[in-house]
Amino acid sequence: MIEVNDIHKSFGDSEILKGISTVFEKGKTNLIIGQSGSGKTVFLKTLLGLFIPEQGSISYDGKIYSKLSPDQKSELRAEMGMVFQGSALFDSMTIAENVKFPLRMFTKQNKSEMNDRVNIVLKRVNLDDAHNKLPSEASGGMQKRVAIARAIVNQPKYLFCDEPNSGLDPRTATVIDNLIQEITQEYDITTVINTHDMNSVMEIGEKIVFLKDGIKEWEGSNKNIFKTDNEAVTNFVYSSDLFQRVQKMYLEEDQ
Amino acid sequence: MSYLHNIGQYFLMIKQIFRKPTKWSVMRHLILKDIDDLIINSIGIVSFIAFFVGGVVTIQTALNMTNPLIPKSLVGFATRQSVILEFAPTFISIIMAGKVGSFITSSIGTMRVTEQIDALEVMGINAINYLVFPKFIALMLYPFLISIAMFLGIIGGMAACFYGGFSSVDDYIAGIQMDFIPFHMVYAFIKTFVFAFLLATIPSYYGYYMKGGALEVGKASTTSFVWTSVMIILFNYILTQMLLSS
Ligand SMILES: Nc1ncnc2c1ncn2[C@@H]1O[C@H](COP(=O)(O)OP(=O)(O)OP(=O)(O)O)[C@@H](O)[C@H]1O
Ligand SMILES: [Mg+2]
Repeated sequence: MIEVNDIHKSFGDSEILKGISTVFEKGKTNLIIGQSGSGKTVFLKTLLGLFIPEQGSISYDGKIYSKLSPDQKSELRAEMGMVFQGSALFDSMTIAENVKFPLRMFTKQNKSEMNDRVNIVLKRVNLDDAHNKLPSEASGGMQKRVAIARAIVNQPKYLFCDEPNSGLDPRTATVIDNLIQEITQEYDITTVINTHDMNSVMEIGEKIVFLKDGIKEWEGSNKNIFKTDNEAVTNFVYSSDLFQRVQKMYLEEDQ
Repeated sequence: MSYLHNIGQYFLMIKQIFRKPTKWSVMRHLILKDIDDLIINSIGIVSFIAFFVGGVVTIQTALNMTNPLIPKSLVGFATRQSVILEFAPTFISIIMAGKVGSFITSSIGTMRVTEQIDALEVMGINAINYLVFPKFIALMLYPFLISIAMFLGIIGGMAACFYGGFSSVDDYIAGIQMDFIPFHMVYAFIKTFVFAFLLATIPSYYGYYMKGGALEVGKASTTSFVWTSVMIILFNYILTQMLLSS
């Protein structure tokens, strides 16, 4: 569980996060949504400890980040996995080596233990037959799955994903979303996902935090996001063509 | 102002190279890979250039010595001096600023734009140590490359003598043994180590701190080449002044 308490983050004169408080629960897929520039990535990077907030606190299962010693911070880091928007695979390494990397860096496992773990994780993301491919030889969807495998290989307690399905076709995007949700439940991870994809919101939005200009405008779940009368949220939800058409269709049916 | 900022940031990076070292079992592989990429892969081009430029130095010297009173062995002597003092350490380093330097900048820069460096940092890895330290160690073998260049430059000169008939090979060999000052080797290798340091760190700096996309990677490589060469030329001047003129 991650508890965020009134965090503020500025770059120079411009305040990007203006006092956000919320709770991200374990075993759930938590979504951060909002328009481009609303501060989603900055928020996620603050949760990762890459940006230090000027004000407010973040606690990870009770451990308050700013109060940890450097060693404790490193330990906490090793419990976090991150899936980057562009996958960020190491392009000089094969897929299997990419997944093995965190194990080589942070564990004392021997070769066969590491290989076993890599096999398990790659199987989990349905990439049995791609071990020796280079990232450049893999499709976008495969690269995303490798990135997920790399993020979970060291059994993290916290998983962060920055727009995990941007640039993917809707079907593949759904596959990735479901994969992240299944993994979250299976391993009981606290997962936080940035997205502006309404499909993801519908599919896996167990908890949704809506950001607007660095402020938490609304929070809830995919069950009640369509019932809210918060105008900013409704505008965002119905900004996609598909939803406008669906809405129109329903209105026409009603008549 | 931005120059000062760059210089400050450069020195902070240098400090960071030696902090929070990467696990040795991983680092070992990185070093071996960089030795292969930076040193082994440069042997061919360095040998080729050294051999032929050594030959040209000899031909030029021979053609300009028209006075019959000057002993023929002076051709070998002049070739040896210019190859050891300037051509091998400095000229080859400028070529390396293009070859090795742009390789370093573009490979680190690509990792920056594709968030691979962020991925390292998220895992709590000191990315500067991870990326730059192995290059720094690999380039400690750079004097080996320069020794090859010195040797082949002188051999190239000998070949030119032989095929061009400028002087006899015996005269040439007598020339390259004439008035040898051991400190000249020390001077050449001090320069080589300094240039190796510049070759490892300046291109890394331009790759690591670049912003933007693929287009900017190309621009960063060019800027890195310009500044690496400028610094090599500048340090060449300073070191020559310091070490040889007294
Ligand atoms: N390192 C930084 N330095 C200064 N300003 C920054 C930095 N990172 C982000 N910003 C600013 O913070 C604001 C929010 O950016 P952010 O990347 O969080 O948006 P986002 O919601 O993730 O948008 P998108 O959906 O396009 O990814 C932007 O105005 C951006 O210019
Ligand atoms: Mg973003």
